[in-house]
Parts: sequence; C-alpha cells; structure tokens
Amino acid sequence: MEILVYLIPTALVLGGAGLAAFLWSLKSGQYDDIEGAKWRILDDGDLQDENTNNNNS
Amino acid sequence: MSETTRDWDAFITKGDSQNLHMDLAVDGITCAACIYEIERDLEKVDGIERARLNYTSHRLGVEWKQNTTSPDHIVSRLERLGYKVYPFDPAQVKERGDKVGKDILRSLAVSGFASMNIMLLSISVWSGNHSDIDEATRSFFHWLSALIALPTVAYSGRIFFKSAYRAIRQRNLNMDVPISIGVLLATALSLVQTIFHAKHAYFDSAVMLLFFLLAGRYFDHMMRRKTRSFAENLAVLKAESATKIQPDGSLLDVPLSKLQEGDLVIVRPGERISVDGLIVEGVSSVDQSLVTGETKLHEVSVGSPVYAGTMNAQGQLTLEVIKAAQNTLLDQVNKLLETAMEARGKYVQIADKASQLYAPLVHTAALLTLIGWLIFGAGWQHAIIIAISVLIITCPCALGLAIPAVQVVASGLFFDRKILLNSGDAIERLAKVDTIVFDKTGTLTTPDPQLLQEHGLSQQQLIEAARLGLSSSHPLSKAIVRAAYKLNINNTELTPLKQASETAGQGVAANVGEGEIRLGSPKFCGVKSKDLAKIESKYPEASIIAYKQANGTIHLLPVAQSLRSDAQTQVSRLLKRGYDVQLLSGDRASAVEKAAKELAIESYYAQLQPQEKIAYIEKLRGKGKNVLMVGDGLNDAPALAAANVSISPVSAVHLSQAAADAIFLGEPIAPVFDALNISRRAHTIMQQNLWLSGVYNLLSVPVAVAGYVTPLLAALAMSGSSVVVTLNALRLRLSFLSASEPDTTYKLGK
Repeated sequence: MEILVYLIPTALVLGGAGLAAFLWSLKSGQYDDIEGAKWRILDDGDLQDENTNNNNS
Repeated sequence: MSETTRDWDAFITKGDSQNLHMDLAVDGITCAACIYEIERDLEKVDGIERARLNYTSHRLGVEWKQNTTSPDHIVSRLERLGYKVYPFDPAQVKERGDKVGKDILRSLAVSGFASMNIMLLSISVWSGNHSDIDEATRSFFHWLSALIALPTVAYSGRIFFKSAYRAIRQRNLNMDVPISIGVLLATALSLVQTIFHAKHAYFDSAVMLLFFLLAGRYFDHMMRRKTRSFAENLAVLKAESATKIQPDGSLLDVPLSKLQEGDLVIVRPGERISVDGLIVEGVSSVDQSLVTGETKLHEVSVGSPVYAGTMNAQGQLTLEVIKAAQNTLLDQVNKLLETAMEARGKYVQIADKASQLYAPLVHTAALLTLIGWLIFGAGWQHAIIIAISVLIITCPCALGLAIPAVQVVASGLFFDRKILLNSGDAIERLAKVDTIVFDKTGTLTTPDPQLLQEHGLSQQQLIEAARLGLSSSHPLSKAIVRAAYKLNINNTELTPLKQASETAGQGVAANVGEGEIRLGSPKFCGVKSKDLAKIESKYPEASIIAYKQANGTIHLLPVAQSLRSDAQTQVSRLLKRGYDVQLLSGDRASAVEKAAKELAIESYYAQLQPQEKIAYIEKLRGKGKNVLMVGDGLNDAPALAAANVSISPVSAVHLSQAAADAIFLGEPIAPVFDALNISRRAHTIMQQNLWLSGVYNLLSVPVAVAGYVTPLLAALAMSGSSVVVTLNALRLRLSFLSASEPDTTYKLGK
C-alpha cells in the first residue's frame, strides 16, 4: 500500500494541472469567441507568399 | 452649417499602458472571411495595437496608442471596406468580459475536478468495502475526500447558498433552498462519518450534485447572454445618438446618455428623431406610425412636440430636448407602463412552483423518517443518518436541470427562427396563450410604407422615378426606390441621376435630355386639386406622391403601409389552430377595417388610446384568457406589459422592445406562430421532465426511508436522473429538426 503515497499525489497533481490549465485559458479569454476560433485556423494570411520570398507585408 | 463631428471621447475608454480602447458593433459581417479582412486592414494602420473581431457577437474591439490615429480614421477605413460600424457607449456595455458567466464556469471547473478525484477515491472505497479494505486506509481515503470536498463545496456552492439565503430572507422558497440544504447536510454528515471512522461518506454525491447543477446554471446563463448581446448590438445599430448643437454653433454627435434637458438637437430630413423634444425651428411633416400607429404624415411646426421613434420626413428641425413633460403622450405611456409592470412579474415559474410543492414534501418525509426510526428503537445517531440520506437522495438534481435544459434547447430553436427571448419564463407563458392581440401598424403591416400595387407605372417609368428618388431622403421617395428594387429582377444597382436637385420639403427634379422630370409632393409637380381629391378618396389611408414625366404626364402614386408578405397565411394558420385573434389599433377606422377584412379577423378596434388598449387587454385577462400581445409602437408599450406575454418586431421603439418578452427579426411575421408552436412543445417536455424527476424521487425515497441508501446508490441515481432529463430535453430539438411542421398539430380545447 506504500504505492499510494506516490499515486494519490500524482493523481491530484495531474488533475490540478488540468484545472489550472483550464482556469488559465478561461482567464486569457479563449472562450470569448467560440464561433470565430474555428475559422481563424483557416486564415493563412500570416504565411509568406510562396512565390516571392521577401518580406513585403 | 459646419460638418458634424462625433464626440468620440464619450465612446473611448482608456485601457492599460496609455492605450485607448473602443468597442464597435459591426454591421455587414456575412462570413468568416470578414474577420481577416477587417483585422488585417486595421492592423496596417500605424498606431493600432490590436484589432479583434468577435465573430460570435459581431463586435470589434480596437486598441491604439494615444495620438497616433483617430477613431474617425478607423471608422472611415471600415466603411470603405463596406462595413457599417457603430460605437458602443461604454455606459451601455454592462459587462464586457461576461463576469457572471466566467464565475459560473470557474465554479463548474473546480467542482468537475473535485468530483472526478473524489470519485476515484470513492470507487476504491466501494470496491474495498466488498473485499479487504482495512479501516485505516478507508479512513485515510475519506479524509482525503474531505480535504478536496470542503473547499470545493465552499467555493462552487456559493452561488446556490447566496441565492437560497436571499430567498429565505424574503420568506420565499426557490429551488436553491433544498439544493443548499441537501449539499450542506451531505457534506456535514460525511464529515461526521469520517471523524467517527464510519463506513459511508457522501462527499462524492455532494460535489457531483454541484457539478450537474452548475452545468444547468451555465446553460441558463448562456441562453440569456446570447440574446442580450444580440439585443445590445441591435440597440447600437439603431444609432442611439443625436446631433447636438454646441454653444459655439458647431455640431457634435453624442450618445443619448450624454444629452440633457434643454440641449438643442438637429434632425435632418429622413432621419429618425431620437429624443423627445419641442420644435424651436423648422417646419416638417413627421411619420408617427411607430408612436401612435397612425400611418398618415403629421404636419409639425415651431412649438409642436415630437417623440423619439418618429421619422422626420421633410425639413430640417431644431429641437429642444424635453423630459417627459406632464400630459404628453410619452408621459402618459410611461405612467401606464409603470402600473402595468407592477401588476406583472407575479408569474410563478414552473420550476419555482415545483420547488414550493417539493421542498415541504421532502422535508416532511425526512422528519417522519427520523421519528419513525426513533419509534422503532433505532439510536439517535442512526436515525439522523437515515433521515439525512433521505434528503441527500431527494436533492433536486434532476429538477435543477429539468427546466434549464429545455429552455436552452428551446431558445436555440427560437434563435434559428429569428426570435430573441427577453425572459426565460416567456416560453412557459407562451405555451398557455389562447388569445392573440395584434397591433396593426408596423406589426401586421411592414414598418416602412410601400408603393401600392395599383400604381399604373410601366417598369421603365418606375425605374426612372426610383433613380430620381435616390436623391431624396423623403420616406415616400424611399418607398418608390424600394418598389423599383423589388421589381428589378436582374439585381442591378440603381444609379442616381446626376443632375438631380432636391427642393427641401417639396421634391426632387432633374433635367434629362427631353425635359424635366419631377418626383415629390403633388403641388410640386403641378397636380390639379381635383385630380388629387379623386385619388385621395380612392385610397383614403394612403399618402400621395406625384411623378412628372419629361413629356408632362403626371402620375399620382399611392404609398401606404401594406400588410407583411405572410400576414394573411400566418393569421389564418393561427385561426385554424383555434386561437382567438384580435386587432387593436391606434389608426383610423377605415384603415383598420380594411386590414381586418383582408386578414379575416373578426374582432377589431380602431383609434384606441394606450389606456384603452390596456383596459381591453385587462378585460380579456379578467375573463380568464391568456393574452399574447404583438405590437411595436410607443402606444403599445403599456399593452405589451399588461398582457400575459408579448412579442415585438425588431423595428419597434425602444420602450416597447424593453416591455416585450420576445423580439422577432426580419420582415415575415411567421416567428409569432413558430414561437407559440415551439413553446407548446417545450412546455410539454418541461412537464415530462418534472414528472421524470418526480418518479425518480418516488422510487428512491422508500429505499432511503428504509435505510438502504449507500453512497454508490446515491451517486448512480443522481447522475442517472440528470442524464435522463437532459436527453429528454434534447428530444425537443430532434422533433423540430426532422420535419418542417413537427407533430405538434395541437388544437386549442373547446
């Protein structure tokens, strides 16, 4: 049963990390615009133009 | 006269690090590509630090460094891209970051984390109880659970505790009272059990209960928020601002909240008047249809009062802003509205009704259990544990989800059908409606006047008249333009005539090769009074605009408010369902009678004052009818509040929209029928859900009273019933997805 000394804190820390990650994402406003986010991934405007290799943005 | 500048200071807030921030509502976003277009374009501007468009709410937040660019520049850039933007008055944007929603979500996350971890420990204990767990390990697990559960209950439960405390202090019972009692008792009992090294602890039930209930709460909140942010956008798109004359004579566009009594305001022809005022300069005619329901233009001159929501048709006006002075229409409406609002709000929501019945019942059952076990010789401690387990298992988890889950699904359906709900319980009240009272002007008819079908122009002539009309801001000219657009099948743009010149208050004229053409008042086009009298008697409810061709032929065009395109079909659908449909209007008798005849509405009343509308609706309610009022005008606002439930079109005046329970968008009036249809179905499902949770309690209470409830059983029963009511709520969506006309062809009884 000594294994519990490791397992339980591990479980709690992992769960807590998940919770912390969620709270952080909430705080940084990632749920403010749920509709827009899925479209933003399709936006390739930040890529450099394939033909011209210079920065003219 | 100098150019108008907007008072930007009123719209800008100072962000952190000296940046300026402004929120704009953007009109014209049709697809996701608009996001990139707008953001990319603005970020090219020097000084703009951040431009972020929220696609969900169609709002743009812009942040820029002080003194680098101006809001005017930003707005004009966006307008060049083809978007209309309107700044938000920071005073009106109540919660930019949705504080309440985030708070619920945080509580939900914490309780989710806690319930998963506690369940991990609980399952070990439950399986250990059947095999070889020793007391020390079990006790250790219980203590660990307590360590997680106690802060969670305190943090995540605070929403319920606060609400329950408020309710008790007001000597009320809402759903949060039994919830709080259940959660607190379960936690306390478990703590005591843990201290005494007992076999059973209910920490998992307490925390899981919070998790499910918070999920329900969050649904509920999201539904309201979606509607509210949409409604806020609408308010801003309506440009709730006015052009104020500064003491130095310059003009400044200011939000309404910055106006004070006595300020001077300019209203140009074709603009909607946004304040109540007295005319101090100028002569014009005003379209008061939104206010009084009357469709004919009203002549106004110096000294006449004008009301917010009316349309200035002809000349430029200077107004002095007044408060609702005594004995004006607005004052009267406000007073009536106040009384009507007080009388209302006594509707008890179905959920609260259920909890008023439920809480005493359950608490009595628990008390009887305690007494019963004591009589049969159980020890104090044992009897109390069993009594508390009755409270835990009957804690209204499913009840807390039963109604919000249905409301969320229903409001999603409403949203799809262009209906925005102002209040959640409107669904329940809509379901009970048996009498529908319509206002005529702006509700059954289109909000803008239309050129009547019998205008007698050829397609070519109409297009030419419309091109001339483009140069005029008069509402009647606009009606001609709309008619031309409707008929223009190729969807080509109409271009204004270059030589057109407008004579304020009279009409527009232009020289086209073969002579002069004119569009405007009959007098402007030289119509003989005999001809005018003839057409006026033919169309008594119409306003007449004249069009003079280059060869001298004059056409008299009747423009009137016509019925919405689907008014006839929708009213007949409602009649067929067995609703009692009535028409109450402030307009003249002839116009009302004509509309009622066309729609086959048997009971109609014309020339009603606001107080008469209220009186009529109260009479109906007195007879035990459940009245739905559909109206848009200022004169309807009190009636909207007095009815059991009310709907307004989006074109309605502000006051009416605020008084209505729901708002529908777009030209067709079909949403009224849809709203009733969906609500009926939703109400049925709500009742089913209440029954389902009732049956669940009926099954579980005897087990609890007999003392056989284990933590495992409590956890299973609780999650099981929650899932069942949620799935049942989703059925509502399914039934409206599959068929355009779902199986709800109900008919009102008797």
